[in-house]
Amino acid sequence: MKFINYLESISGVSVFPLTSLIVFFLFFILVGLKVYLMDKNVLNEVMNLPLRDDDSNPSNQK
Amino acid sequence: MELEKYYYDNRIVKNFAYATVIWGFIGMLVGLLAAIQLIWPFMNLELPYTTFGRIRPLHTNAVIFAFVGNGIFMGLYYSLQRLTKARMFSDLLSNINFWGWQLIIVAAVITLPLGLTTGKEYAELEWWIDIAITLLWVVFGINLMGTIIKRREKHLYVAIWFYIATFITVAVLHVVNSFELPVSFAKSYSMYAGVQDALVQWWYGHNAVAFFLTTPYLGLMYYFIPKAANRPVYSYRLSIIHFWALIFLYIWAGPHHLLYTSLPDWAQSLGTVFSIMLLAPSWGGMINGLLTLRGAWDKVRESVVLKFMVVAITAYGMATFEGPMLSLKNVNAISHFTDWTVAHVHVGALGWNGFLTFGMLYWLLPRIFRTEIYSKKLAGFHFWIGTIGILFYAIPLYWAGFTQSLMWKEFTADGFLKYPNFLETVNQIIPMYRLRVVGGALYLIGVIAMMYNLYKTVKSGKLVANEEAEAPALNNQKFHNPGEHWHRPLERKPVLLLILSLIVILIGGIIEMVPTFLVKSNIPTISSVKPYTPLELEGRDLYVREGCYNCHSQMVRPFRSETERYGEYSKAGEFIYDHPFQWGSKRTGPDLHRVGKKYPDSWHFNHMLDPTSMSPGSMMPSYPWMIEDQLNTATLPAKIRAMQQLGVPYPDGYDKQAMHDLKKQSEEIAAGLSKDNIEVASDREIIALIAYLQRLGTDIKASHLQTAKQ
Repeated sequence: MKFINYLESISGVSVFPLTSLIVFFLFFILVGLKVYLMDKNVLNEVMNLPLRDDDSNPSNQK
Repeated sequence: MELEKYYYDNRIVKNFAYATVIWGFIGMLVGLLAAIQLIWPFMNLELPYTTFGRIRPLHTNAVIFAFVGNGIFMGLYYSLQRLTKARMFSDLLSNINFWGWQLIIVAAVITLPLGLTTGKEYAELEWWIDIAITLLWVVFGINLMGTIIKRREKHLYVAIWFYIATFITVAVLHVVNSFELPVSFAKSYSMYAGVQDALVQWWYGHNAVAFFLTTPYLGLMYYFIPKAANRPVYSYRLSIIHFWALIFLYIWAGPHHLLYTSLPDWAQSLGTVFSIMLLAPSWGGMINGLLTLRGAWDKVRESVVLKFMVVAITAYGMATFEGPMLSLKNVNAISHFTDWTVAHVHVGALGWNGFLTFGMLYWLLPRIFRTEIYSKKLAGFHFWIGTIGILFYAIPLYWAGFTQSLMWKEFTADGFLKYPNFLETVNQIIPMYRLRVVGGALYLIGVIAMMYNLYKTVKSGKLVANEEAEAPALNNQKFHNPGEHWHRPLERKPVLLLILSLIVILIGGIIEMVPTFLVKSNIPTISSVKPYTPLELEGRDLYVREGCYNCHSQMVRPFRSETERYGEYSKAGEFIYDHPFQWGSKRTGPDLHRVGKKYPDSWHFNHMLDPTSMSPGSMMPSYPWMIEDQLNTATLPAKIRAMQQLGVPYPDGYDKQAMHDLKKQSEEIAAGLSKDNIEVASDREIIALIAYLQRLGTDIKASHLQTAKQ
């Protein structure tokens, strides 16, 4: 006997794979959109954060 | 704007750096010992405490939680302070984090060789250590979030997102997987049984790789690669997609450790699909890391730090390409239970985690000690011997994995197994095991060179325990600018980010687990599957104590090559009383699920006393102590009650009856052995172990017998 038989007895089991697909799909549309629409200035500012942290150290500014 | 003066805490970074070096050395040394034992079994020193089944968990736990764990804290405490322009939230919490973590490691170093284990891979530590880990993780979380909240930098750099996701996900994984019922200080039972225990364990196990060995190190990569190369990350946009895609997808992938097992088919397929998809963000991240060096590859030639980091990212890329491939059922059918898996994880551990840690150490220690690295030449030597070590480790094991798997599956023209003796397939790959020892030893030599180099470096400088820094306070700045993108405020709100990460990882976990737990009510109760007898239960606990699952699986997959070799394939309903499940993940020895009644009791007795007497050439260690030591039955009634609490249908009040039944069964076994001229007292451990081994997988044989009779 295969497991699918027991799963059939769970009411509405098909909702699980469907939910995962929809959640997954929507989520990545959103992330993609968000990234596409990001402001370039902010991007530049944020991506340089690791390099700027030494500036805050007075002994490094000499 | 007025500048605030504050100090970075470098002492805590230094402490974690020392800890990662020392534990790394110890963890790898234990790994080398384990590898040597596979060639020379006598290298277990004839002691229970140093036998493979006990030190292999010590090795994995030491490398994952002690070496990489301290490495995470080292890099995180360094980068977080600088990215947030703030000292850690609380020095007290930092110190509790440090000393508490070391205490937990010491507890592991003591308990694992003693055989105190839950029997679940990478989660072997007993219940009270699990509680300590939980508390400590909360301390770390408060310190992490506290620092972020009191920061002086508006934006949260992507590395910090990875840290936040690591914190919350590891917390969820650890707590869910550690539900166990204590029987005594030294023993607990997993609350889950069989298939469910397997699903939870590998959901945890895979995500230990994901959220302990990967996400924090990706955060570190996003900080330290730009620092070492002195240029920003290639694409910040890509890093955002990398982050969300990775944490979303990773959490689903666990079931790929259970392909072709008794786990429901749909869960296996789900694990496979998400594992394949994981390739995209993983490689996105790898490319992002490597391309950060665009136009700066000349620096790689000169900087040993960058050399280590480039190989680390490349190893990450290789391991994350291989992972999805191994999740394909047809590939997994070959790779699973073989040394291929071992090679795969070591590309990740030695290459990705090891080399990134070394790169960070060489970069960071001279900085906080205001000095230069003692010997660049020696560091270069470390790089090359380490790289060669990885190759010598991984390639022979890939070879071994392929070879052995194909031998397991080969049939003669007449339809018989070509290598019916499992040992033949083991002896074939011993030369590969030798080469692996060489690889591991080379890698360790590199680490020793590093220890000397770092020692000299530290000696030549002086720790700047409190590094001065200045930045304007954040509360003067506007938090939300009208008209800006909606995600910007989110990036500035760490708690919201934390909650969103939590939701994202919970989706996968819940969708995967809920149906499998619902299945419980529908589980195919095989009427002949009965709870273990008290003696068998004690024997099973000995099996767990000795870590037999490190080399033997209890899961016959539905392949003809396996049913021919071992017997009927394993059914989900057979494991319903198994707290914890013991399916294993590697067959250094044969599968044991159908070993029950295959050999006489005397065979098992002689085999445990000296495996080579029954299987000439066997690399299994001998277990003389199990013949000498008396079985400790002090907690038997408590164990029976615990099992009842977990739903095992022993009759009411059976805890009082159990001792009587145990004695009766052990006397029968001892009498049987006596007939074969083996004199052993009935109260020895070996009797319980034989009882358990002889029970394994026999329930279903009984049901077949019944059907046949009818």
